Amino acid sequence: MSAAASLDLQNLRQTFGKTLAVDDVSLRVEPGEIMCLLGHSGCGKTSLLRIVAGLERPDAGRVLIDGRDVVGPDRFTQPEQRGVGMMFQDYALFPHLTILENVTFGLSRLPAAKAGPLAASALARVGLSRYAKDYPHMLSGGEQQRVALARALAPGPGVLLMDEPFSNLDQRMRERIREETVAVLREKGATAVVVTHDPVEAMQIADRIALMRAGRILQIGTAAELYARPGSLFAARFFCDLNEIEALAVGGRIATPLGAFPAPPGLPDGQVTLCLRPFGVTLRAVDSCADSSADSALDPVGVLVQRRFLGDEDLFHVAVEGLAAPLRVRGRAAPALQPGARVSLRVDPNHVLVFGRNSV
Amino acid sequence: MRSGFSSSAFFGRGGERSWLVASACVALLVLAPFVSLGLIAAQGSGDLWPHILAYVLPQALRDTAILLAGVGVVVVTLGVGLAWLVTAYEFPGRRAFDWALLLPLATPTYIVAYAYLDLMHPIGPVQTGLRALLGLTDPRALWFPDVRTMTGCVLLLGFVLYPYVYLSTRAMFLMQAGSLLEAARTLGASRTRVFFRVALPLARPAIAVGASLALMEALNDIGASEFLGVKTLSVSIYATWINRSNLPGAAQIALAMLLVVVALILLERWARRRERYVSQAQRARRAAPLRLKGWRAGLAIALVSAPILVGFLLPAGHVASEAWKRVRFAGVSPQIWQEVLNTILVAGAATLVAATLGFLVAASARLSRAPVGGALLRAASLGYAAPGTVVAIGLMTPLFLLDNLIADGLEAAFGLSVGLLISGSGAALVYAYAVRFLTISAGGVESGLAKLSPSLDHAARALGQTAGGAMRRVHLPLIRPALGGAALLVFVDCMKELPATLLLRPLNFETLATHLYGEAARGTYEDGSVAATFIVLVGLIPVVMLARLSRRRALAWDKGAGDGEAMARDLLLPESAAAVSASAPPAQRGGA
Amino acid sequence: MSVRSLSSTSLFVAGALALVAPGASAQQAVNLYTTREPGLVRPLIEAFEKSSGVKVNTVFVKEGLAERVAAEGARSPADLLMEVDIGNLVDLVNRGVAQPVKSDVIEKVVPANLRDPEGRWVALSMRARLFYAAKPLGLKALGYEDLAKPEYKGKLCMRSGQHPYNTALIGAYIAHYGPEKAEAWLRGVKANLARKASGGDREVARDILGGVCELGVGNSYYVGLMRSGAGGPDQKKWGEAIDVVLPTLEGKGVHVNVSGAAVAKNAPNRAAAVKLLEWLLSDEAQAIYAQGNFEYPVSKGAVVHPIIAALGTLNVDPLPVADLVRHRKQASELVDKVGFDN
Repeated sequence: MSAAASLDLQNLRQTFGKTLAVDDVSLRVEPGEIMCLLGHSGCGKTSLLRIVAGLERPDAGRVLIDGRDVVGPDRFTQPEQRGVGMMFQDYALFPHLTILENVTFGLSRLPAAKAGPLAASALARVGLSRYAKDYPHMLSGGEQQRVALARALAPGPGVLLMDEPFSNLDQRMRERIREETVAVLREKGATAVVVTHDPVEAMQIADRIALMRAGRILQIGTAAELYARPGSLFAARFFCDLNEIEALAVGGRIATPLGAFPAPPGLPDGQVTLCLRPFGVTLRAVDSCADSSADSALDPVGVLVQRRFLGDEDLFHVAVEGLAAPLRVRGRAAPALQPGARVSLRVDPNHVLVFGRNSV
Repeated sequence: MRSGFSSSAFFGRGGERSWLVASACVALLVLAPFVSLGLIAAQGSGDLWPHILAYVLPQALRDTAILLAGVGVVVVTLGVGLAWLVTAYEFPGRRAFDWALLLPLATPTYIVAYAYLDLMHPIGPVQTGLRALLGLTDPRALWFPDVRTMTGCVLLLGFVLYPYVYLSTRAMFLMQAGSLLEAARTLGASRTRVFFRVALPLARPAIAVGASLALMEALNDIGASEFLGVKTLSVSIYATWINRSNLPGAAQIALAMLLVVVALILLERWARRRERYVSQAQRARRAAPLRLKGWRAGLAIALVSAPILVGFLLPAGHVASEAWKRVRFAGVSPQIWQEVLNTILVAGAATLVAATLGFLVAASARLSRAPVGGALLRAASLGYAAPGTVVAIGLMTPLFLLDNLIADGLEAAFGLSVGLLISGSGAALVYAYAVRFLTISAGGVESGLAKLSPSLDHAARALGQTAGGAMRRVHLPLIRPALGGAALLVFVDCMKELPATLLLRPLNFETLATHLYGEAARGTYEDGSVAATFIVLVGLIPVVMLARLSRRRALAWDKGAGDGEAMARDLLLPESAAAVSASAPPAQRGGA
Repeated sequence: MSVRSLSSTSLFVAGALALVAPGASAQQAVNLYTTREPGLVRPLIEAFEKSSGVKVNTVFVKEGLAERVAAEGARSPADLLMEVDIGNLVDLVNRGVAQPVKSDVIEKVVPANLRDPEGRWVALSMRARLFYAAKPLGLKALGYEDLAKPEYKGKLCMRSGQHPYNTALIGAYIAHYGPEKAEAWLRGVKANLARKASGGDREVARDILGGVCELGVGNSYYVGLMRSGAGGPDQKKWGEAIDVVLPTLEGKGVHVNVSGAAVAKNAPNRAAAVKLLEWLLSDEAQAIYAQGNFEYPVSKGAVVHPIIAALGTLNVDPLPVADLVRHRKQASELVDKVGFDN
């Protein structure tokens, strides 16, 4: 059984007809790391995965697994010789083979006496030994997912590629299976590249996330880095449902209907987008008679137009003069606060992000 | 996976019962000739069996087994190999070969047998040419394999009948989820192993359907095998009937043979009863074909050209050149146009009937979901499992009985003396063809329906359609390609059909096939070559249509394969929107 | 598709077929069911229609003519039934689909051994089962018995032993020599075959030309068809590549089979059927049999075609034709038993 391998992608490019699916992508995945390729449909993340698996041949670039060239200018290692495992979105279980036969399929290079027990133990690890003799169509979606995982891991691939491995599971099951899958990956110490379009999923399972758009990698980093310091408006939007305010930066200051904010260092003057996370704003009822302390008097004021109960917190829509759309605010507030009430808004500067015009 | 669509919940409300009754009537129509054969067989004493067992069976069984095994190997190897070649690889001219591989369907086996005997005979063009090349004069100086052998017969039938397997398997390969093949690759399987361990087993139902059609053709073929001196059990039926005037005995042999055929078909289905062939794959994206270059492309072209050359171009070309000589010598007989018209009319009418009845039985099997529906479907497919003459003989008794009853009725009611209407009008031929080839249309509809998700039924019913309404407004449009393909196959078969046509046609009624046979029976193949050429020409029409149809169907599944733009389109398609087809029950169930 | 649209489909089909159905005409007609090839029958029919003004409707059936007429029953349109082989003619009688005909013409023209004593069938033409031989063999006189001689090992070509032409010959052999001797003979013939018993009689001539074999069995009229060039230039070459020998059984005469006809039991146009049958025995018709089809006429008045006459004088085996049928089943079983076609 081979140990976890490193994976190097260098300047990969692939076009389909006139469409640029992968555009100069370079990426390194360390042994034992779980890397998520995150992006919307059609961003090229699946193409990238298929290039690594050997199912597509890139127009240019190199792929190295554990330092060995598998794709290069005049080199193409066939998928079956790469030592790469792949899990498909639809699991791709062979319908004509039993569960055990499915798992044993990848062990054909071993003698039967070894392959059998190995497959059985792979199946045991995902807790499905009792279905060994059944056919895939007899299993539930979650069970099929685990068979696919066991099958992909059984040959001990240096790198495991997973294409939307949880998207076919229902919401409640997804959470649990996700955790189990990560546990199995950690136990095996496998290097994994997981394709997903769900940022929450990516943040949950990945050591690092590569955010992709239009065939390019926009940003790579841990979940915390990408969340806290998104390199672009696109990245920021991907991880959070933001309030966006168009404004002008002049001399290091950005004036908005919610007050003025300092521009980040190095940002040139001009049109900017100022983003507020919905929970970076605190609402307070404005009582004209009573409380009018000095600091709150400076806070901008708006009118609550809608309040929606969401369980752990509430969602407020607040109309603020000068803003095109109501501001969305999340959090807990006094139950008395009802639509029509005047509220003051306090913005936490830690939850403010500013992007210049040229940011995408 | 059986859906939760319970039969009792809807039964009798949406009209399933009337569908089932109609289906039972169809099954009865098909079974009638076999019942009558049974009655004929019962008149015999069974005294022929000691002779048959001692002197006929050992040889006939051996020959039949060798013939079927040989033809089976050839049609499966050719059909599956070629289907894989044109679906998994891309090479210059692939699209043209894709449909040209169907061409051998257009030529009846007996024409091919005549043509090859001509071509390969010591004084035929091939050997004469070879001898001239080698400077030999004596025909005996050159050893050349004889066509009139078991090997010759196996190869000949194999090269003519492989399109049945090619057609069904190719469709299956085109629909196989690419992810299954790719998964196998990433699990360490080479292209070869992927083919043998994944693609091939998954195509098994399609191969079984195609091969059983081809093998039944081979088993019931009299023309070619008799001409080439291969003695199958069918030939024994003839000897018993014609030379010993023992029709009951012949019927007994025929029924015994039918039992064996049915048993074999059931056995094959039983052997794969637990397996499923349709992946739960939601995206039926095909694996991208591998582009072949250089000598590999050349080899691929050579491989796909060979069967077209052997199964079509050589025999059809020879027949056409003979016909040309004949036309210059004797002109085209004016009757030939009437014969073309007759052929197209009868075959067309029979195709219409067979397609309608096939849809009816297959649809009611799906609607009822009770075992009886499936049993009726199987029963309705029996006509293909016996030689055409046997079916025709069995058909005569009930047919003429009905004919006489109608005539009696008309006479009693209106005082009209109209004679035998059904047989006199050619409707008997339509009936015979429909009985014989119903399995093709029913099987086509069945496999088409199997690919449709049961949730479609539920949705249609929930939207207020009756069972029949759902079938007509939802299923029928969706399976139109499958039905159309099956109908075209039926048409080709009707057009080539000979024994039942000879026996049941009305007075003064000639088709191309009977014309040809009349000439061939007299040994004047040259006179028949014009009719043979016309058979091939008329046969080309449905074959070309079939090719166009299957290509269109392939394109529908082709998203993500073939040209780069389609691939890109697929990539750009939102994942959720692409996931339309829910899991379906087993794709193709073998047609009995 | 509903049951209603099903019935409209069938209406369409019926309509389409009505177009092809032969229209009833006021003209007097006779319906002929035949297993004789259309090409052979057509010249006869055309001549009859011309001389009598009676229209002949035909259907050419391969096997099962008797079964069809029997199944059609009382309303069968069949008037005259024409068969290629004595066995099939007798089958018509045995299945009860033929009726007796009393006719002075028939009795005058046809020798008694070539018709049913009760008039239920009558022979119309004769064909002899001959030997085709490679010219270098230089064969002149030969018996059917000689086919089993070891000197012809690997030199013999024949069509299937189960073909009615051959079962009739083997039946005649049984009649002459008894079943044991016939079996030994047939085994000898089988051992001499150069290729599988298959194809038609003309393949024998072609195979002799092609060097596949040197001696074979074939019907007399094929010699005429080939040598006259009626079958095209290729077949003319085949026919000219062979010597033809008129063999004998027990040194007595050539084995002969007949084609013939019977009037159908429920013939709706009986008078016309008898008229056609009698006409087929007329000198005009017998001449067509002889000149057009190269057969031996049954009528003494007609002359054989020069090509056939050149083969030699026909001395017919004295065995009554109807006796051939008696051993037909036995002959067919013998073919199975010795594995002649295997």
